[in-house]
Order: sequence, then C-alpha cells, then structure tokens
Amino acid sequence: MADTPIPLEVQNIKKRFGDTEVLKGLSLQAHKGDVITLIGASGSGKSTFLRCMNLLEQPNEGELFVHGEQIRFKETRHGREPADWKQVVNMRARLSMVFQSFNLWAHMTLLENVIEAPVHVLGKSRQAATEHARALLERVGLAERADYYPAQLSGGQQQRGAIARALAMDPEVMLFDEPTSALDPELVGDVLKVMRDLAEEGRTMIVVTHEMAFARDVSTQVIYLHQGQVEEAGPPAEVLGNPKSERLKQFLAPKH
Amino acid sequence: MIDLHGYGPRLAEGALITIELGILSLILAVILGLLTASAKMSRSWPLRRLATLYTTIIRGVPDLVLMMLLFFGGQIGINMFTDWLYTQFDVDIFINVNEFVAGVITIGLIFGAYMGETFRGAFLAVDSGQIEAGRAYGMTHWLVFRRIRFPQMMRHALPGLSNNWMVLLKTTALVSVIGLSDMVRVAAEASKATREPFTFMIIVAAIYLLIASVSEWGFARLQKRYDIGYGEAD
Amino acid sequence: MEALMNWLEAQLADNSIFTLQTLSYYGQGLTTTVQLVFLSLIIGLVMAVPLAIGRGSKKAWLRLPIFFYCYVFRGTPLLVQLYLIYYGVVFVEGIQESWLWVILEKPFVPALIAFTLNTAAYTTEIFRGAIKATPKGEIEAARAYGMSRGLMMRRIVLPSAFRRALPAYGNEVIFMLHASAIASVVTIMDLTGAARFVYARFYAPFDAFLFVAAIYLCLTFAILYLFRYLEKRLLAHLKPASG
Repeated sequence: MADTPIPLEVQNIKKRFGDTEVLKGLSLQAHKGDVITLIGASGSGKSTFLRCMNLLEQPNEGELFVHGEQIRFKETRHGREPADWKQVVNMRARLSMVFQSFNLWAHMTLLENVIEAPVHVLGKSRQAATEHARALLERVGLAERADYYPAQLSGGQQQRGAIARALAMDPEVMLFDEPTSALDPELVGDVLKVMRDLAEEGRTMIVVTHEMAFARDVSTQVIYLHQGQVEEAGPPAEVLGNPKSERLKQFLAPKH
Repeated sequence: MIDLHGYGPRLAEGALITIELGILSLILAVILGLLTASAKMSRSWPLRRLATLYTTIIRGVPDLVLMMLLFFGGQIGINMFTDWLYTQFDVDIFINVNEFVAGVITIGLIFGAYMGETFRGAFLAVDSGQIEAGRAYGMTHWLVFRRIRFPQMMRHALPGLSNNWMVLLKTTALVSVIGLSDMVRVAAEASKATREPFTFMIIVAAIYLLIASVSEWGFARLQKRYDIGYGEAD
Repeated sequence: MEALMNWLEAQLADNSIFTLQTLSYYGQGLTTTVQLVFLSLIIGLVMAVPLAIGRGSKKAWLRLPIFFYCYVFRGTPLLVQLYLIYYGVVFVEGIQESWLWVILEKPFVPALIAFTLNTAAYTTEIFRGAIKATPKGEIEAARAYGMSRGLMMRRIVLPSAFRRALPAYGNEVIFMLHASAIASVVTIMDLTGAARFVYARFYAPFDAFLFVAAIYLCLTFAILYLFRYLEKRLLAHLKPASG
C-alpha cells in the first residue's frame, strides 16, 4: 500500500461561507485505484469538499497535492487564491469531474462535448480525439447518439455522456458529484453500471453519493461526513456494516 | 419611372454611406458593449462605477446633443491637444475631425452603452454549471469565454442585439445634421432643390425599411444557428 | 424676484458665455421642448388606444393599414418623417395663400405632427403587446359574467393593459424627449436649438452642449422617477403580498 502512487491528497481543508464554517479541517488520501465514497446528509459539506479538490471552491485553509506536487496559494484582498492559475488549470486537466446536473455544453453535440477539452486543453489532434471519443461513447452505450445535442437526450444518457467526456481526458482521478441525484429512478441503474465498470478497471475515483449499495459494493473507503467533519471513515464493511456513532446508524437506517 | 432629377447616383452613394456607417458603428458598439458588460460584472468597484456612469450619461442625453458635443467639441479638443504638442515638443500636426469618423465614434459610443446592458443580461443568463464544467476540465479563463460563455451568451443577446441594430440604423440619419452626405442629407438637399420632398423622402424611407427587413431576416438566421441544441427543450 | 435676479446677475458677472441673455435662450428652449414633447405624447396616447384595439382586430381591412402605419413609422428615422412633413407642407401648391399657412408657417406644427405620428405608432405597439398579454382567465371570467366585447375591453382588458404597459411607456416618453432634439434641425429653438445657437455665437461647444446635456439628464431622471412612482402606485397589486 505504501508504495502505490498517490494521485491526489488533500490536507486539513477548511472552508467558510460568510461566518459559517462548512468544512472544519478535512483530509483525504487517494491512492491509485482507490474508490472513495463521501456520504452524509445534505448540508454535511460533502459536495463542497469535492469541489475544493479541483478548486471550483477556494478553501480558506488547507493544502492540495497532485502526485506530490503542492498547489501554491497566496493571500489577496478577496481571500486566499491560487498563486499560479496555470498550475491549477494543469491540475484540473488531470482530475475530471462529473456533475450532478451533467453540465454538458448545450451548444455542442455529444461528440463535440467529448472532444472539446482534449482538443483545446490537452492539445490533442481533432482526429485522434474523435476516434477516442467514439470508442468512449460506444463504451457508455451512446454510439448512436454522438451527433445529438444534450437537450435531445434523457438525463441518464446525458450523464453517461458526461462520464465519457470525463474519461476522454484520461484522468488520473475522477470526481463524481452526486452523479445520480438528478436522475429518474429508472435511469440510475445504467449510470451506476458504467461507474462500477470504471471502478473494476482500477480507476481512481472520489464519489459523493446517496447510493449506499454502490458505496458498499464498489468503494475501497467510505467517509461519513457530518457538519463539515469526518464522523467515521474506513473500509465499507466496517463503516456501513458496523457503524459506531449514533448519527451514522440513524443515517443508514431504512427511511420510512 | 420616377424622375430623380439626376440625384440617383448621389442617393445611391448616400445609401452606401448609411450602410457603412451603420456596420462600422455596430462593430464599435459591440466591442464597447462587451467591455462595458465585463466592467459591470467585474470585481473592481472603480470599473463598475465607471461603466455605470458611462451608461447613465449616454442614456440620459439625446443622441443629437452627444453627436454635436463630440463633433464640434472633439475638433476643438484635438486642436487644443495639437497646439499643446506644438508648444511643448515642437511637433506640428493637424488632425481634422472627419464627419464619417465622428459619426462612427459617436454612434458606436452611444450604442455601446445599450449593448452593454444587453450583453450583461445575456452573460448572466448563461447557466453557471456550463462554465464550471469548462473550468473543471482545465480550461483557462479565456478559453472558457471563447468556447462556452460567448457562444451561449450570444443566444440570449441576439434579440437585444437585433433590436439595438434597428435603432442604430435609424440613428445614422442624425449624421446628416453634422454635414455627412448620407442618404437623408442627399434627399433633404434634393427636396429643397426640386421642391419634390415626397419623391425623395419616400425613397429614403423605403431604403430604410428594406435594410431593416434584410437585417431582420439575417438575425433570424443567426438566431437559428445559436439556438442549436436548445430547440427541442424550449 | 428682484433680489433673485440681482443675485443671479452677480453670479454670472465673470462669465462671458452664460449671461442672462443666453440663459433666457435655454429657458425658452426648455419651454418649447416641454411643449412639443408633452403635446405630441398626449395626442399620440389618445390616438394609440383605438389604434391598438384595431391592430388586434380580426378584420383585415382594419388591422392591416394600422400594421402598415406602425411598420413604416417605427422602421424609418424620425428625421426622415420630420423632413417629409416639414418640406411636404411647405411645397403643397397654394398652401402659402390659404388661411392654414398662418399656423403651418411656423415649423412647430409640422414638427408636432411628425412627433405625434411617430409616438402614436410606438405607443400602439406597446399597448398591443400589453393587451395581448392579458391573462386568458380574466377574459374568460368576463365572458362568463356576460360582458359584451366593448364592456370587457373598457372594464377589464384596458385597465390592466395600461398598467402593464407602464414601464415600456416610460421608456417611450424618455425616447421622445431625446428624439425631440432633432426639432432644432428645422430651425425650432428648442433646448438643443438654444445650445446650437450659443455654440455658433461663442464657438464654445463644451459649454453650450454640456450645459444642455445636463438639463436633458435632469429631465430624464425626473421622468424616470415619475414613472417609478407611478409603477409603485399602480402595479402594487401585482407584487406578491408581503407578510
């Protein structure tokens, strides 16, 4: 374990919105091949935590390391900001994010969505990117939908398309922000299936989710957050199978 | 045929000036509008204040007054500047404010303020998730603007843009007052000389309506292009 | 009054441009501008109501001419309309001998006609939009209570349409104020005319035009606040109840 590379590590992340502290010093280490699920009630800070990892939110304190390379910060009038945006842009290109509301670019077809960042951010050739994109769309079961616009697709199709878009970056870590929460129940299965496959092939993933079955079966580590703090963390069998805190027990109890 | 008393070619030249003036001022107005919108949404309050001052003044004062101020005042201002250059550095230049340039600058300046509002609303209408997705994939600020923000904003901006263009087109008529030979000035001269105002003014009115109709068609096509990806959903 | 004039004179003692004489030009210009704008707006408003109703009529012979009128007057520059009427009136055969010439000789009347026709066309479209936006349910309710078309228009549709049209009409009023500046082109001594006169006399464009710009700015704000006040009073019922 000690020898496996660590593509992403965050230490002591704190985040305040106004006077409320929503993250109270969170740390996490993602080894290669880890699938870490973040669970917790809404308002526990799990999505904010995830968004701090690629700096869509600026943490007020804490450090980030991508493959051991530390992200540098500086203090400005507007608060703490990255010292070198180039470094951030670089880092983000290595961590793909899948959003709750898909956020496929509405003015581009599915295929254009998938090749956009590889061509314009990574500088891949359009042809190579297109070939790769077609293979990825095939893989998520959307080969025939390549030329559709997002608005013409169902939510489940959009989310699978968004996963293909994330994969096209050959990411070192994939960040999933409640990827199934905006979907109708009957569409959740297809998306989870794609995510399970990704976990099996050894992708490093950090997943914010409400899908307990997914957390139990797929993840290597489960982190239960409560009010911006880690309440329990560990292998799923331990955390989900044998919860220690009253809160987690209540959280896991079947809803009526 | 209608007898134009030999004013036909000059009228055609005037129409060309109207169109050139309109298009060049539109380009200037769009650039100023984008800058104003960015300034209004910026984090720096002096920039926001400056942009608000600009739009408030422009929208509070008649176009014709602004035009005269810039045209007549501009010449004196430039003369004062060149005089100063001469006395200070012995540089002797003479810049004559050309009516056409003055017209483009004034109309561009006026409509830049209106465009600023249009663009600001359109930028705010773009779903923030679309921009976040761009940033999350390692796009730089400029790349996000060019590939996502701008094309998506245009969809919301086009109706306002088209509206502003129609008003701008009619505003070009004012340059005839500061001496530019656009088609309105030619028609006014011809009306006086031939004592047939109806012939000339109605022709000019018809040309305006024609340009407006053609632009309307053009904007509808553009809108179709920028609506791509939204048709089924909306 | 005497004291005020003396005070003003003292203030202006060192100023070669803004003498009492030039200020009186601006004062007369202000009166002319306000008269011109106010009269054309009132007459235009009165014309626009029946035109807006006719514009939405099912009868093509009524609807189409109004549509054409609005299309032409909204699609061409006001300056062209002004020239057309100003020169058109002057060159009508025999008009200079007729009794009408007494009033038409002054450019004020042709300008008033042009401005009125222009604002009536814009206002018609504003009202038409507001009438069209009447909630279907309100019309159905009026029908269900046995109101005739005329009664429904008078009691239900128009009152709510006027209120809905208020913000757009406020813009139209400001637009007319600004557009009225072109009256100076046909030698009317309105505010802009006064500024042009002062400019030509003293060759001082900044003083002449900045001063008049400031007056227009004040008038614009006055109109803006008036309409904001009216909206607050008349549109209060559309706001969600507070508390």
